[in-house]
Amino acid sequence: MTKEDDTVSSTIETALRLETQRQPVGPHERLEQVFDIENMDALYGTKPALKGVTMPIYKNLVTAIIGPSGCGKSTFIRCLNRMNDLIPSFRMTGSIRYHGQEISGKDVDPVAIRRTIGMVFQRPNPFPKSIYENVAWGLRVLGMKDNLDDRVERALTQAALWDEVKDRLKASGLSLSGGQQQRLCIARAIAVQPGVVLMDEPASALDPIATQAIEQLMHELKSEYSFVIVTHNMQQAARVADMTAFFSISTGEEGQRWGELIEYDDTTKIFTAPSDKKTEDYVTGRFG
Amino acid sequence: MSALDLTGSSLRRRRVVNRGMELLAWLAAAIGVAILGIVVWSVAKKGSSELNLNLITKTPVPFALGPVKQGLANAFAGSLVIVGIATLMALPVGILVAVYLNEFAPPAIRNGVGIVLDVLNGIPAIVIGIFVFGLFVVGRGQSAFAGSFALACLMLPLVARATLEVLALVPNSLREASLALGVPRWRTTLSIVLPQTIGGVVTGTTLAVARVAGETAPLLFTSSIVGNQVNWDPHHALQTIPVAIFELSESPDPADHARAWAAAFVLLMFILVASLGARWLATRSRRKLQRAG
Repeated sequence: MTKEDDTVSSTIETALRLETQRQPVGPHERLEQVFDIENMDALYGTKPALKGVTMPIYKNLVTAIIGPSGCGKSTFIRCLNRMNDLIPSFRMTGSIRYHGQEISGKDVDPVAIRRTIGMVFQRPNPFPKSIYENVAWGLRVLGMKDNLDDRVERALTQAALWDEVKDRLKASGLSLSGGQQQRLCIARAIAVQPGVVLMDEPASALDPIATQAIEQLMHELKSEYSFVIVTHNMQQAARVADMTAFFSISTGEEGQRWGELIEYDDTTKIFTAPSDKKTEDYVTGRFG
Repeated sequence: MSALDLTGSSLRRRRVVNRGMELLAWLAAAIGVAILGIVVWSVAKKGSSELNLNLITKTPVPFALGPVKQGLANAFAGSLVIVGIATLMALPVGILVAVYLNEFAPPAIRNGVGIVLDVLNGIPAIVIGIFVFGLFVVGRGQSAFAGSFALACLMLPLVARATLEVLALVPNSLREASLALGVPRWRTTLSIVLPQTIGGVVTGTTLAVARVAGETAPLLFTSSIVGNQVNWDPHHALQTIPVAIFELSESPDPADHARAWAAAFVLLMFILVASLGARWLATRSRRKLQRAG
């Protein structure tokens, strides 16, 4: 067997293991909520992007957000850590509570929120600094200066990158491959010990092997962090997510379009027995 | 009628017009290069008799009888002091203006102040000179500080514009990466964004220095009544190269003329080298930024 065959079969194996490893989520009432989103509307200027989203997000689970392009997936996830505040025309109404505390108000400091709710972006965006500094810089700035080396090593290990970079921590973060860069970004995000890690299509710019590495590490880390992942890739949602939310586009009378939450349930249920026709059309590939 | 006419007269005419236009464009480019060549050559030729080390090491000897070794050391020193202080004034303000506009200002203010910068850039140097004369020189007398302030006014829009341009090149994903960690905006700007712009800022500053090093008009108002000794004290009016060139050109002595030409040549070379250096730095930093993006 060639080396390539090996990697391919191990990819399939891991995928299968991920499928079978998933525990049933259990009755939702017994789960602890990290986010409680209620009747959330999002607008860019006067153009609505999302309307009436109401859903809880549970602790220590992977929650996937799926849906066609333009349904507001990214807008939604960027509301959870107030990244949309950077867009001057953006407005949001409704309520987002994090562990019971309202975080969507103007009086809440987004810097404090982003400190506990980390984010990994679509394209890997390491700082133009060394591999070590990419992880250590955030720790230092946020005042977690004790045992810096240990913290960096732990984060890189958790992101499944340590073995590949331990001999060249001084090399530039930009010298890594795309998949490694993305894992470096994950290490950077989890080093500061957030409660939640938001992932905005983290694997869309990566090859299948790098994608698998990232899915695997989400699976291993969810006992420590809660993950919310936006993905275009339904197989990915099926593989990694415990809960899945399906968003779709609604069209108003005057042709305006906005995103809406259609269905939110256990991943198994969404993919095998969806209760909404639109979800079924989407997950079976008839639409989107 | 054949489908493909390769010999028709209209085709020939088009080819001739095309050739003619190409030639005109080439000629225009050649004129541009030729003007620079002629200026450098004639300046060098007319100043060659005085183009030696004395020019920058010796001071002027007024009403010299016979051949005396003299130079313009006082003007070189004064230019160094005045342009140096002007840079120290304009650089931090210019960078801060650009940082505010690009990182913090709402779009309306950004555009408004952008136009103001362009207008400031278009104000004739002599107007700035009169302004500073009225502000600092009347009642207090001339000083190198006043001259520096006038030059800083000219440098400010150049530095700010150059910094703005590189700030716009810094990819947004880098800002987001830092902000998403819970790092405050000011810290993100200082530690992540600004280090990316150093190359561009150095380029812009070099070009601004090259531009004001040759400014004469504002210095005539602010720093032109000067002694012949080398002086480094910015509280006094100091001689500068452009003002020295202007004064020597009015002298009846041909040796003074030659010295003015020689000083002009040195100034020209400084500007040429500075511009080339700035260009080199600019391409290097742009390439670095593209790799980062």
